[in-house]
Amino acid sequence: MARAVYLDHASTTPADPEVIAAMLPWYTEGFGNPSTVYSLGLTAADVVQKSRESIAQTIGAQPDEIYFTSGGTESDNWAILGTADAQQKKGRHLITSVIEHHAVLESMEFLEKHGYEVTKVPVDSGGLVDPEDVRKAIRPDTVLVSIMHANNEVGTIEPIAEIGKITREAGVLFHVDAVQTAGKLPLDVTELGVDMLSMSAHKFYGPKGVGLMYLRKRARISPLLHGGGQEKGQRAGTHNVPGIVGMAKALELAKDRMNEDALREGALRDRLWTALQENIEAVHLNGDPVHRLPNNLNVRLDGIEGESMILMLDMQGICVSSGSACTTGSLEPSHVLRALGIPAEHAHGSLRVTLGRATTAEDIDRFMEVFPPIVARLREMSPIWCANCPCKKGN
Amino acid sequence: MYSELVMEHFRNPRNMGVIDDADGIGEVGNPQCGDMMRITIKVKDDVLEDIKFQTLGCGAAVATSSMVTEMAKGKKLDEALEISNKAVAEALGGLPPAKMHCSNLAADGLQAAIKDYRERHPAG
Repeated sequence: MARAVYLDHASTTPADPEVIAAMLPWYTEGFGNPSTVYSLGLTAADVVQKSRESIAQTIGAQPDEIYFTSGGTESDNWAILGTADAQQKKGRHLITSVIEHHAVLESMEFLEKHGYEVTKVPVDSGGLVDPEDVRKAIRPDTVLVSIMHANNEVGTIEPIAEIGKITREAGVLFHVDAVQTAGKLPLDVTELGVDMLSMSAHKFYGPKGVGLMYLRKRARISPLLHGGGQEKGQRAGTHNVPGIVGMAKALELAKDRMNEDALREGALRDRLWTALQENIEAVHLNGDPVHRLPNNLNVRLDGIEGESMILMLDMQGICVSSGSACTTGSLEPSHVLRALGIPAEHAHGSLRVTLGRATTAEDIDRFMEVFPPIVARLREMSPIWCANCPCKKGN
Repeated sequence: MYSELVMEHFRNPRNMGVIDDADGIGEVGNPQCGDMMRITIKVKDDVLEDIKFQTLGCGAAVATSSMVTEMAKGKKLDEALEISNKAVAEALGGLPPAKMHCSNLAADGLQAAIKDYRERHPAG
């Protein structure tokens, strides 16, 4: 059996061994609670503060604007629910896009059930938000705009800085889900003009279960988690000290190698896309060909369904994702692909391949060795693949 | 997620393909839902002499299609009509709850094929 080929880095990444090494002492000899006043706790508080400073510097923030959370989902929920609660005197209207992560969309839907109004701006066929649509959607009672930095399924990179200018002029808070871009693209919260930003460590070779929210000083939002007063009373819960240390280390490593990784993964991704077009008929790109994360390829294949592709690739040791209903845990195919104007029957046949640091040219070759026969087999099995259509018999 | 038997049928589907001079054809599901199947049958003396399937869909859709052909082959038409979607799922050792509705339509496909045969051969 060939070695496993992991091509699902948008889903999660393996923690870097250097990250794990940095974390381990904080589980054992440095296990103290940073909220205590004896030296064991103070040492832990000190490393939390150093991590905060390191992360703040990387994203152009002040250390006291970084709040540690359990990950991207918590940060997104907090930004949206916390703003809605704190700003209700100003209004009860929020703006987001149709292709956000479920952590954003479902937080918005929760607010709708509680009497808030939400406007979802559309995207073009590549997944891009038009900043003018955001401008037009802003009302006197708008309290928050939440737009993702890059989409998790198709990798489209949104014009965040332009939207940031608009929200700044309008005096509306701006939250950005940067879960897919942290560690992959340069992030500067001032340049981007954002007030809040969500990150999750496990997406950039850090540990699972830890993330952060950047919250600009002048932005006032309510806490989501209430309790022991940690993080200046804004986010209760004992600090995940090893996780925080690991996240800071992972971001530091990512910053150092960001350009190199992007160029290398981008070249491999382009090579894969060329090979797919040369070796498989009726394969189409989903998403924007230019404004796109360098490690993301999302394609659809006529006449076949995504879960079957994933199961067959898994039998060959290859891990990828799909936007098929069967893989989203619902009856509906990906809301992102549907928002791009892709019909449901085609969205079911989509495949997301996301490369990472460990991806090699051999991995791409291995994928191309295995994948065309899988497509051929599933099309042979398919009642809607044209060659199988009774009307084609005898032609 | 899937039982070993489901995966075994997915890996090695029985009776996959199409009967060119079929006596009956059944098509169920639709591509918008991501699941669709076509069953073709050959009938001799009121018995399912041959049966083949083509399926677009997930692992469960393929495995239930394969299983229903195995259960039905060689049966009298009236016996074959008694095979239910539930019985197919049970024969496979169960399906994940989310798959019970969307991907469990193989018996419907078989019933549609038999109905088609009977409409085309009213005397038979």
